[in-house]
Amino acid sequence: MADGRGTIRRRAGLRLWLAGGWLALLALAAILAPWIAPADPLAQDLLGGRLPPIWVRGADPQYLLGTDSLGRDVLSRILWGARIALIVAALAGTATALIGATLGLLAGFLRGWVDLLISRLIDIWMAFPPVLFSILLIAVTGPGLGPIILAIVVIDWTRFARVVRAEAMAQGAMDYVASARVAGRGRIGTMLREILPNVVPTIVVLLTLEMGISVIVEAILSFVNLSISTDQPTWGGMIAEGRTSIHQAWWVLVFPLIALFLTVLSFSQLGEGLKDRFDPVLR
Amino acid sequence: MRLIRQILLRMLTTAVTLIGVAVIVFVVIRVVPGNPIAMMLPPGATDEDVLRLTALYGLDKSLPQQFLIWAGGVLHGDFGTSITSRQPVLALVLDRLPATLELSIMALVIAVLIGGVVALTGTRSRDSGIEAAIDIGNGIALSIPDFLWGLILILLFGVLLPVFNISGRITPSLPLNFVTNFYLFESILRGRPDLWLDLISHMFLPSLALAIPLSAIIGQVLKQSLKETMHLDYVTLSRTKGYGENHVILREALPNAILPTLTLVGVQFTFLIGGTVIIERLFSYEGLGNLAIDAVINRDLPLIQGIVILFAVIFTAVNLVVDLLYAVLNPRLRHG
Amino acid sequence: MSFLTIRNLSAELKGHGVPLLRRVSLQVAAGEVRGLVGESGAGKSMIGKAILGILPRAVAITGGEILLDGVDLLQLPPAQRRRRIGASAALIPQDPLTALNPSRRIGGQITDRLVDILGWQRARAEARARELLAEVQIAEPERVLRSYPHELSGGMRQRILIASAFAAEPRLIVADEPTTALDVTVQKQILKLIQAMQARHGTALLFVTHDLGVVSKVCQKLSVLYAGMVVEDTEVRPFFAGPKHAYSAALLAATPKYTDPAASLQPVPEAVIEAVRREVADADRRAGHG
Repeated sequence: MADGRGTIRRRAGLRLWLAGGWLALLALAAILAPWIAPADPLAQDLLGGRLPPIWVRGADPQYLLGTDSLGRDVLSRILWGARIALIVAALAGTATALIGATLGLLAGFLRGWVDLLISRLIDIWMAFPPVLFSILLIAVTGPGLGPIILAIVVIDWTRFARVVRAEAMAQGAMDYVASARVAGRGRIGTMLREILPNVVPTIVVLLTLEMGISVIVEAILSFVNLSISTDQPTWGGMIAEGRTSIHQAWWVLVFPLIALFLTVLSFSQLGEGLKDRFDPVLR
Repeated sequence: MRLIRQILLRMLTTAVTLIGVAVIVFVVIRVVPGNPIAMMLPPGATDEDVLRLTALYGLDKSLPQQFLIWAGGVLHGDFGTSITSRQPVLALVLDRLPATLELSIMALVIAVLIGGVVALTGTRSRDSGIEAAIDIGNGIALSIPDFLWGLILILLFGVLLPVFNISGRITPSLPLNFVTNFYLFESILRGRPDLWLDLISHMFLPSLALAIPLSAIIGQVLKQSLKETMHLDYVTLSRTKGYGENHVILREALPNAILPTLTLVGVQFTFLIGGTVIIERLFSYEGLGNLAIDAVINRDLPLIQGIVILFAVIFTAVNLVVDLLYAVLNPRLRHG
Repeated sequence: MSFLTIRNLSAELKGHGVPLLRRVSLQVAAGEVRGLVGESGAGKSMIGKAILGILPRAVAITGGEILLDGVDLLQLPPAQRRRRIGASAALIPQDPLTALNPSRRIGGQITDRLVDILGWQRARAEARARELLAEVQIAEPERVLRSYPHELSGGMRQRILIASAFAAEPRLIVADEPTTALDVTVQKQILKLIQAMQARHGTALLFVTHDLGVVSKVCQKLSVLYAGMVVEDTEVRPFFAGPKHAYSAALLAATPKYTDPAASLQPVPEAVIEAVRREVADADRRAGHG
């Protein structure tokens, strides 16, 4: 292509590499956090509170990115926070994908009353403000890793169900499905062997996007102080703290925010990049 | 007649959806482990006090009974009484609703303006480097949710370059003799720039944070739709009449390209309204969302119920309005 | 002097160097009808688009001139060129179903050029629109002017587009296969209408078509195109008596006869295609050296 859009296609590869690179780096940092974190993320130093990052005057070289109001090392907290963020992303994303895609597949392929029921549920879900719903769920279950994952699954299953349902319907109408049925394959067999493989690329794309959303949801819940217990460092918790001391210590907000920004952007760019890769029309 | 049947069907599904929302909220908040009654009472209250209050709020009855009592009340406009403030839920909610509506509408206006300009610029310089840059910008704006945009805006225009307020709805020291709670509309109608300038200074960043993702969607979809329209014969014919690019885009292509964008904006606008919950919290803006989070933290069951139902009503109403707009704007449906 | 003169017009696909028009020259005198024929892809529509300034973005004019009333359009700045074209030329498009804006009323789509480009009073433009609709034999012009396109039939819409093309009394009209998209029954009426309008207004008409039968009825002059090159430029009557160029002759043989529609048609023979290809290549080489 000679026009400017050709450049976009070329950049798509770069985009995948950048996004994947950041996420790989983050995963590595999360795994190695106990060894590479310069300080204990929970250790308070009441005399060394709100120390700026080392390139600012008045910094303590011991704290690379400065300390928060309780004197805790910002860098160490970000590294440990990455663990929570990625665990939530992986577990919540996968669980949501499994449940949402299963319901969508059933609705789209079996049709009839199953579809009616699931579609109605999706409609009802669409009428809920998602952030408020998740806060409500966490308030009910109490904070913790499990409840957060549960909340994400309960709220976001419709993202998968809607798309997979539509796609399963489209696939179900195609000739190859009919011929599989004629060849004597049962309903469930057809669904798993013929429909599912064609829907998998879509599920993978949605899963990648969902991981980014999970990271945000966790951050939002931590921000309203409803996430994991307070003795675990989370990006959202750090941001909440940074927001209150924004005029005195910007670094407490800025660094976790950058980490969160890059991570969410990477998940979404990875998803979009994969979508382009999988889409036969664009290829 | 087909139209009437469709409207009836539409209202029926809306009713089912709202009942579903009510049932789910009702069930979810009744499994709250902490006893909200115990939280209301001062330390040293007797078991008898607890029982008395439990009965007062109807919490001693079975779940279906409680639901029917509550639903019956709702139908009469009685959403119950807030446990924390002991005021009628409806009054509390209606008190805060205008603030959230103003914020959402301002965000929608900003999103339409930015998205429109982006789409028109992209169409004008289609297939060029400018369009490629717009696509990348749209991609980033879309990937980052309103919550993060809010934080970034706070840093940029609240701290680094402090030109806007980042907390609250209005400076409390101003003479606040409002008749309604639609502060912005009222102060504009009354011609009070001292008030509406201050309001906008407070509302601009939160509404921009809400608007950015939506503006990217509008920019993307409208641009695509415009580009497709620009190839159509009537656009070409208009060029032969002597019209230039701007006229052709605005008068010939835009009216026809808007329709496909409109339905999408409707759904996305409900997402935007949902986003006010956390954005209001972030900017300490005294709207419905902030009230909702307080209600959740305080386990104020009747209040939570009322707010969630209200959000659901707003969402379905927005979708209904979009459908009507679609019919009005489409000459084929108008006369067909 | 001819109202439209095209000299050595060349165009290519941007960035690929694929020639689309090869040194095309042709003239249309005031009040004259010239047919522009060729197989699909021969570049006949491209010439019409080049005159009206509506070439696709991917096509670049690489040389030659398009003189409209003695002024080279290609030398004018874009805004002036648009105005000049809008004021003195018009298009009758191919597909009446897609050439009217679905969200605008018919009236505005006829009067817009008069009011916006030529600066007429709105009332005068509206009177003119009513007059034109009567001229193209549309009953109830008032109702039609207030209608949206989807409320009218394809034949009606083509009449409206013809009326709109004549609205500003242009000196040149490009008709781009104006009957191809229509029903066979409607085709004849529309063709007659265009002929009648052209005669009454004395407009120069460039009639782009792949149908030699139509040319024999409507045109006085004829240009035959192959691969973006004019292979024959002649009067219509001698052409149908005996075309000079082998490709034209083959094209004519491939056209159904009105006198005998059932007669077997000869596809253009391979040998003729080969010959005309060689001719195009030769001309390219000569131009490359010159």
